[in-house]
Amino acid sequence: MAHGVSVLALLVVFATSTLAQAKAQELPVSEVAPGIFVHQGQTALMTGENEGATANIGFIIGESAVAVIDTGGSVREGQRLLAAIRARTDKPIRYVIYTHGHPDHVFGGAAFAGDGTEFVGHRNLPRALAARGPFYLDAFRRIMGAQSLDGVRMIPPTLLVDGTIKLDLGSRTLTLKSWPAAHSDNDVTVFDEQTKTLFAGDLVFLGHIPVLDGSIRGWLAVIDELGALPAQRVIPGHGPVSEWPGALADQRRYLETLAADVRKLVARGAPITVAADTAAAGERPRWQLFDDYNARNATSAFSEIEWE
Amino acid sequence: MPGRRFHLLCIASLLSVMLAGARVAPAATPEANDPWPGLVQDIFNNRPMNDGADVIAIEMPYRAEDAAIVPVTLRTKLPPGDSRRVLRITLVIDQNPAPMAAKFELGPDANVTEISTRVRVNNYTDVHAVAELSDGKLYMTKTYVKASGGCSAPATKVADEAKNRLGQMRYRQFARAGEGRAGQGSGQGPASGTREAQIMIGHPSHSGLQMDQVTQLYIPAFFVDQLRLWQDDSLVLAMEGGISISEDPNIRFTYVSNGATRFRAEARDTEGHVFQKEWKVDDSGI
Ligand SMILES: [Zn+2]
Repeated sequence: MAHGVSVLALLVVFATSTLAQAKAQELPVSEVAPGIFVHQGQTALMTGENEGATANIGFIIGESAVAVIDTGGSVREGQRLLAAIRARTDKPIRYVIYTHGHPDHVFGGAAFAGDGTEFVGHRNLPRALAARGPFYLDAFRRIMGAQSLDGVRMIPPTLLVDGTIKLDLGSRTLTLKSWPAAHSDNDVTVFDEQTKTLFAGDLVFLGHIPVLDGSIRGWLAVIDELGALPAQRVIPGHGPVSEWPGALADQRRYLETLAADVRKLVARGAPITVAADTAAAGERPRWQLFDDYNARNATSAFSEIEWE
Repeated sequence: MPGRRFHLLCIASLLSVMLAGARVAPAATPEANDPWPGLVQDIFNNRPMNDGADVIAIEMPYRAEDAAIVPVTLRTKLPPGDSRRVLRITLVIDQNPAPMAAKFELGPDANVTEISTRVRVNNYTDVHAVAELSDGKLYMTKTYVKASGGCSAPATKVADEAKNRLGQMRYRQFARAGEGRAGQGSGQGPASGTREAQIMIGHPSHSGLQMDQVTQLYIPAFFVDQLRLWQDDSLVLAMEGGISISEDPNIRFTYVSNGATRFRAEARDTEGHVFQKEWKVDDSGI
C-alpha cells in the first residue's frame, strides 16, 4: 500500500510539474495513520503572513477516492493542501468535508471547487455561511489584507449531515456525525473506521485555548458523548494529534471552570463586563492565546448562563 | 411616526453598505470616510451637537471581544440641582450596517441615570451617545471600539435556541452598592431610593440574510423594535431598537421607585408579536 502510494506520488509529481500546474508549494503534512494526512496549523491568529493556516486540516485516501477535511484559512492554503494531495495520489477528490464554518476551516474551499467534488457539512452550515460569510470576508480582508482574501468564496455544502452518515472512499468508510450546538452551531466530526482516527474539528482544542462560538452547556454535554467514541487518536481543530479520549481533559477542565465562574457571577448579580475581566482567570497560564479569546468566551458564556 | 422613519433609516443604511461593499475597499479606517456628519443629518435632522462631556458618558470595552455581544453603558452626568432633565438618549454605532442602535426615552418621574445593554459591532467604529435634554438641545459624547478578531461574528450564535426563547421575558432587581449587599437585599422596601433592575427578552434579533444564489436562503430582518417598561402606570424607560442590539435584548438600568408594587414590560418585534409580562416588585428577588 505504502509502496503503491509512493509510486503514484512520483507519477503525480512528474505529471503536475510538466503541466506547470502546481505553482502552489506543498503544504507540509504528516501521515498520522495509514492513508490519513494532517497539516498541523500554527497556534496563532490568522494573518496575512501565515496565510490563515492556523487550523488543522487534512485528507484521507481510500481505494477509489479522497476526502478532504477542512480547507484552510485562504485559497492559497487550500491550493497548497491540494498540492500535497496530488503529490501523493491522483485519485479523485470526491468529498470536501467541513467540520464547521469558521474562516480558518472554510476559506480554502475554492481550491477544491469543481466537477465531481461534493461539499459536505452540518445541516446548519448553509445558514451559518449565509449569515456570516459576507461579514467574514470583510473582516478578514481588513485583518489579513486584500491579497490573502483573493478568490475566497463561501461554498455551501450540498450534502448535509443531520445525524450520522457514512461516506465510502473505496474499502474505507468514514462516519460523519452532526452535533448539537457546542463550539459552534454547525459542528461535524469525521471518524475513520479503519484506523479509529477521529477528526474532531473545533470540538477539541489542545494547547490553543478553546473558542466558544456556540453553547458552553452544549459543548460540555457533547464532550461527554464524544469521549465515548471508540477512537484511538484525535486530530483536534487546533493543537497536536493526540490520544483519545485523554485529549479531552484540559478542555473539559477549562469549560467547566468557565461555566462555574460565570454561574457565580450571574448569581450575585455582577454585570457581564465583570465576567469578561475575571471568569476563568486561573486558567491563564495553561493556554496559548488566552488573552485573545478568554474574555470573549466569558462574555458568550455569561449571555447563555444568565438564561438558566 | 418614529417607527416608520426608523425602518427607512435601516434600509437606507443597509443599502449604502451593500453598495459600498461592492467596491474594492482599501484598508478601512473610520477616519478615511467618517460617516458621522451624514448620520447627524439622517438621524438628528442636522440639529446642532453640543459637547456632552458634562451631560452623558458612554462606556464600552476598547476592543469588542465578542462581536455579537459588546457591552455598553450610558450614564447621565447632570449634577443634582440642574434644572434640566434627560429626555432621551440615542446610541449610534457609526460603522454598523444599521448605525442607529437604539433610542432610549427616559420616564419623566423615574430618574433613570444609567442604562447598560449589549450591541453588535461590525467594524472599527466610533460609537456616539446623544442626549436630548429638556432645554431642547442635543449633547453628544463618543467612544471608539476596535472590532473583534478571529471567528467572532455579529450574528446570532445558535439560531435554533434563540428561536426557542422567543418572547420569554425576565425581570430581575439588584441591590445597589451601599444599599445592602447582593443576595441579602430584601430589606430594601419599595419606597427606598435608587434601584437597579434588568429586563431580558428572548429574541433571535436576526439581522436578516440576503438571498444566497446557491442555498436560496433568504431571511428577513427580525428583531425587537420597541420595548416599554413601567412601574405601575408610570413609564420608566422605553427603547426603540434596531438590529445592532444583541440577540436576547438585555437592558440593565437604574431608576427611582415611585412606590409602585408592579413592574410591567411590553415588547414588540418587527413581525408584530407583542410580548407582555408583569411582576410584583416585592417578588422580584432582589
Ligand atoms: Zn472554529
